[in-house]
Amino acid sequence: MIRHETIEKNVILLAVLTLITVSIGGLVQIVPLFTIETTIERVEGVRPYSPLELAGRNIYIREGCYVCHSQMVRPFRDELERYGHYSLAAESMYDRPFQWGSKRTGPDLARVGGKYSNEWHYQHMIDPRSVVPESIMPSYGFLVRPLKFDDIEKHMRALQRLGVPYTDEMIANARADLVAQANPDADTSGLLQRYPKAVVGDFDRNTRVVTEMDALIAYLQMLGTLVNFAEVTPQQLRQ
Amino acid sequence: MPTKIEKDALTGKLTTGHEWDGIKELNTPLPKWWLYILYATIIWSAVWALLFPSFPGLSGHFGGVLGWTKREDIAREMAAVVDARAPMFERIRSSDLEEIRRDPTLLRFATAGARQAFADNCAPCHGSGGEGRPGGFPSLIDDDWIWGGTLEDIAFTIRHGIRNAQDEEARQSQMPAYAQILSRREIEDVAEFVLSFTNRATDAEAARRGESIYAENCVACHGEQGEGVRAVGGPALNDAIWLYGGSREQIIAQIANPRMGVMPPWQGRLDEAIIRMLAVYVHTLGGGE
Repeated sequence: MIRHETIEKNVILLAVLTLITVSIGGLVQIVPLFTIETTIERVEGVRPYSPLELAGRNIYIREGCYVCHSQMVRPFRDELERYGHYSLAAESMYDRPFQWGSKRTGPDLARVGGKYSNEWHYQHMIDPRSVVPESIMPSYGFLVRPLKFDDIEKHMRALQRLGVPYTDEMIANARADLVAQANPDADTSGLLQRYPKAVVGDFDRNTRVVTEMDALIAYLQMLGTLVNFAEVTPQQLRQ
Repeated sequence: MPTKIEKDALTGKLTTGHEWDGIKELNTPLPKWWLYILYATIIWSAVWALLFPSFPGLSGHFGGVLGWTKREDIAREMAAVVDARAPMFERIRSSDLEEIRRDPTLLRFATAGARQAFADNCAPCHGSGGEGRPGGFPSLIDDDWIWGGTLEDIAFTIRHGIRNAQDEEARQSQMPAYAQILSRREIEDVAEFVLSFTNRATDAEAARRGESIYAENCVACHGEQGEGVRAVGGPALNDAIWLYGGSREQIIAQIANPRMGVMPPWQGRLDEAIIRMLAVYVHTLGGGE
């Protein structure tokens, strides 16, 4: 049995034993991540964010929406009755970082897509109390400013390197797709083929400029809509 | 360094046997009850880890001896909820909406349940009491119905929504932007005529000019007397209820570049029984036909 005194007086031994101890701690945390894919359900429909949605997601993160809104319907009856099907790991597999959140000052947003009209979201962002008198959400009226998207390809390229399956074609068409999604009169066949179920439209009563509001509402309107739960089998939900 | 455990003369307690530069330490162990609870929780955690999903493995994870998963648990719980509601929901689904309204038991069940569903799903746009919101979110407590106020009309609107892209059967209609069709003067004239429905026109001459423009462009959707045409969701213009404001300026703005409400479809998101309950509930709010 090695006495404590022996270890403390021998710096090499101390270093080696420290390294072993820290390694065990590290491996316990890191090794499970090698098999993280086994926790992702094999469901159809989840796709990378369209360029406009991605820009909206970046605004969502920038404004700290996750501080008050979670995006995680937990498997409890009250949440299922209010929000719909519980969130799947697959639904946030392209989220970097994920927006599950841990605090609900406002409601969960994991399935907010399609629940309200674009116009409602617009008015609600400009003045939340004009539609929900009891709301304590701050106003985000400044989001009507133009969206800066000259770097959208770089965002997509970075995500591509992290494993999000953006194709080079998607990145090449990024800006055109971004503008088309916010224009109800644009030809969106390419966009919808690359990003099925993307919500196209004028989100903010302003068709001349793509605004931050367009991006954020486009993102909100697709949240939780990609997986068709009518077609998901219980087997697919087994992790 | 533990040298020798000795009894401290002052307190009568034992020392730990450690000594640092002449300083010795009394041995005051944690209370027994605390220590045993700690040991018990350690054993409890080992048992728990054995029974329930715990350790990750190289392919998947250890699922626990009991084979319990939260997902199967919640599926069972929800199935029990569905079963418990089934008798009433089945009656709601199979009854005519009018029957639900007439049957006191069904009506009580429907309004109680629908009040909850309304608060979560409908109140953000239509207000918690159905009173509507300025800016295109119609009130549901009056008898001014844009797409019809019978039970079936209301149920259809809830099921399919209005002017949305998700539902093929959604109620559709579009008012043209008259800024591109009429001159500014003509729009002002027709606004003056629209004001005359509610006896608010101040320029009889302009209103007369507006009348013929109205007859050509507006009658099909808003009716000869401005009473509205429900088949196309053309709102009435002859009452004091305005979606986007009833002042002269607001009417002109609405003619020039109209705003039109969008309502999402609730079929698929809500159970058919809940949609029917909501229809009955909205019908009871004041203006049901």
